Amino acid sequence: MEDETFDSLFGAPPPGGDDADIEHQLLFGNPASRRAFLKQIAGTGAALALAPNLLNAPRAFAAESVPAQAAPAMGGLDVRLKINGKEFALQKLDPRVTLLDALRERLNLTGSKKGCDHGQCGACTVLINGRRVNSCLALAAAHEGDEITTIEGLAQGDQLHPVQSAFLEHDGFQCGYCTPGQICSAVACIKEGHAKDDAEIREWMSGNLCRCGAYPNIVAAIREARENPATSSRA
Amino acid sequence: MNPFTYTRVSDQQQAIAAVAAAPQAKFLGGGTNLIDLMKMGVEAPPQLIDIGRLPLAQVEELPDGKGIRIGALARNSDVAEHPLIAQRYPVLSQAFLAGASPQLRNMATVGGNLLQRTRCYYFYDPAFPQCNKRNPGSGCGALNGFNRIHAILGQSEQCIATNPSDMNVALAALDAVVRVHGPEGEREIPIGDLHRLPGNTPNVDTNLWAGELITAVDLPAMPFAVRSHYLKMRDRASYAFALVSVAAVLEVGADGKIKEARLALGGVAHKPWRALEAEKQLVGQTADERSFAAAAQAALANAKAYKYNEFKIELAKRSIIRALSTVAAMPS
Repeated sequence: MEDETFDSLFGAPPPGGDDADIEHQLLFGNPASRRAFLKQIAGTGAALALAPNLLNAPRAFAAESVPAQAAPAMGGLDVRLKINGKEFALQKLDPRVTLLDALRERLNLTGSKKGCDHGQCGACTVLINGRRVNSCLALAAAHEGDEITTIEGLAQGDQLHPVQSAFLEHDGFQCGYCTPGQICSAVACIKEGHAKDDAEIREWMSGNLCRCGAYPNIVAAIREARENPATSSRA
Repeated sequence: MNPFTYTRVSDQQQAIAAVAAAPQAKFLGGGTNLIDLMKMGVEAPPQLIDIGRLPLAQVEELPDGKGIRIGALARNSDVAEHPLIAQRYPVLSQAFLAGASPQLRNMATVGGNLLQRTRCYYFYDPAFPQCNKRNPGSGCGALNGFNRIHAILGQSEQCIATNPSDMNVALAALDAVVRVHGPEGEREIPIGDLHRLPGNTPNVDTNLWAGELITAVDLPAMPFAVRSHYLKMRDRASYAFALVSVAAVLEVGADGKIKEARLALGGVAHKPWRALEAEKQLVGQTADERSFAAAAQAALANAKAYKYNEFKIELAKRSIIRALSTVAAMPS
C-alpha cells in the first residue's frame, strides 16, 4: 500500500518542524515508524488470512512471559468433534485451542464470533448438547463426543430457523457481529422456557451484549419467535 | 496462554493422584474462571486434569432427612432450577440466578464456583505490578488505587480484594459443608472454614490441602430456609458482580418474634461474610425494621472503608434491612 493511502486513512503528518509536528508525533508516533507499524499490521492480517493452519504451530500461541523450559512436551491431541451433525477429526490439536478457535480457525465455521474472548460478551455462544455456552472459555479437547450446534447448523437447508427469520423480520441487529451469538442464545432461551415476557427475555439474554444497542428489536424478535415459531419461519 | 498438557480422567482417585503428583497441576471443571485466568496470564498451570466427566453432578437427598447433597460438578444452572433447591433453599437458587450469565451458569460447576478467584482489577491484570495475591510481597495496588469494588470487612493492609461468588454467600447462610477428597483421604470442611481472610498470606485463598478435590457440598436440613432471600446490589440490572449482596433466612414465631436468623454478606470481604453478631442480636426480637436496622448496625460495626468504597457501608446496611424485611413479609 502506498504511503499516501495510509496518510488519507490515518491522517497525514503536518508540515514539519513546528510544535504541531511534535504534537502529532506524540499522538501518532514518528511518521516513518507509524507507517512501518501499520504496514506490519496489514502484513500480519494478510498472513493470518492466508494461513489459517497457523494454529498448528505451537509457537503461534506461546505467551512471551512463559519461559521455554516450562513448556511441557506438546505432542498435540487427536480430537473428534461432532458439529452440526457432522464428525470432524482434528489432528495434533494444541490443548490450548478453545472450541471457538477450533471452529473458526481449523474448521472454517466462522459464524461464531470472537468478541471479548473472556466470556463476557456472548458473541461466541454455541449450543453444546442443547445448552448455550461461551465457546471462547471451552477447550475444544474437552468436548469430544458432545453434540455441538453453531449458527451454521440452525437452518434446515434454505429454511431458516424461526429465530433467524424473526431477527430478519424485526431487524434485530445493526452491524451484525453479535448476531450469531444472540441467535444461538435466543434459541436456547426459548427452549429453556425463559422467554415468557419481555422482562424475562432481557434478564435471560443478558449474557449477550450488543454494542449497536439493537436490544428492543432483539427482544421483539425473540418474543415473535416464541409466540409464532411456525409463521416466523420462511425460506 | 501458557502451554500445558491436557488429561481427561474418568476416575476420582486417578484425578487426585495426578494433581498430588504435580503440585502445579490444576483440575479443570467448567473452565469459566480458570481458562479466563490462563488467558490473562494470571494462572499458568503446566498440566490440566479434566474432571468434567467424573460422575459428580447429582443433586440428591441425604438419608434420614439430613439435607441435600450437591455434586461438585453439578452445573450452576441445574442446581438453581432443581426443585429440591428451589423449594427448600430459595436463597441459594436466587443466588445462582443472580450470578454471571445463562451461558456461564451452564458451564460453571459448584466446585469451581467455590474456588472462583477475586475480580480485583489489580489481581486480574498482570499489567499491574502490585498484587500480593498474584505476586506475594509486591504490595496491594488497590489499597491506594481505584478501590470502589473492594472489601470493607476482614481485610488486611496486604489485600482488600473480595470474594466474587454469589453462591458462596448463600452457602454461608445455609451452614453448608464442603466435602473434599485428597491424597490423605476424605474430610468435611464447614463453609466458614473453606475460605480465608487475607491476613499476611492473601495468595492463599482457601484451606484446601494440595491435591484435594471438592466432591460435593452438603446442605443440612433447615426447614425454615423456605423463607429466605438473596438480594444483590450491582452497577447493572443483570450480569455484574455484586457491590454488596445479602443472603437472609428468618424463622419468625406466631408471636412475631424471631426464632432463628441466618445472615451473610457478599461483595464486602475476602470470604463470604457470615454476620454472626447480627444474627445473635436478631433472635428474640420482633421482626420489624427497628430490629433489622440494629442488626445491620451490628453487622457493619467493624467496617473500614477506603477512598472509593465508603458508600458500601451504608449500602450494606440498607441491603440487610431490605433483605430481612423481604423475608419477614413472606407468608409463613
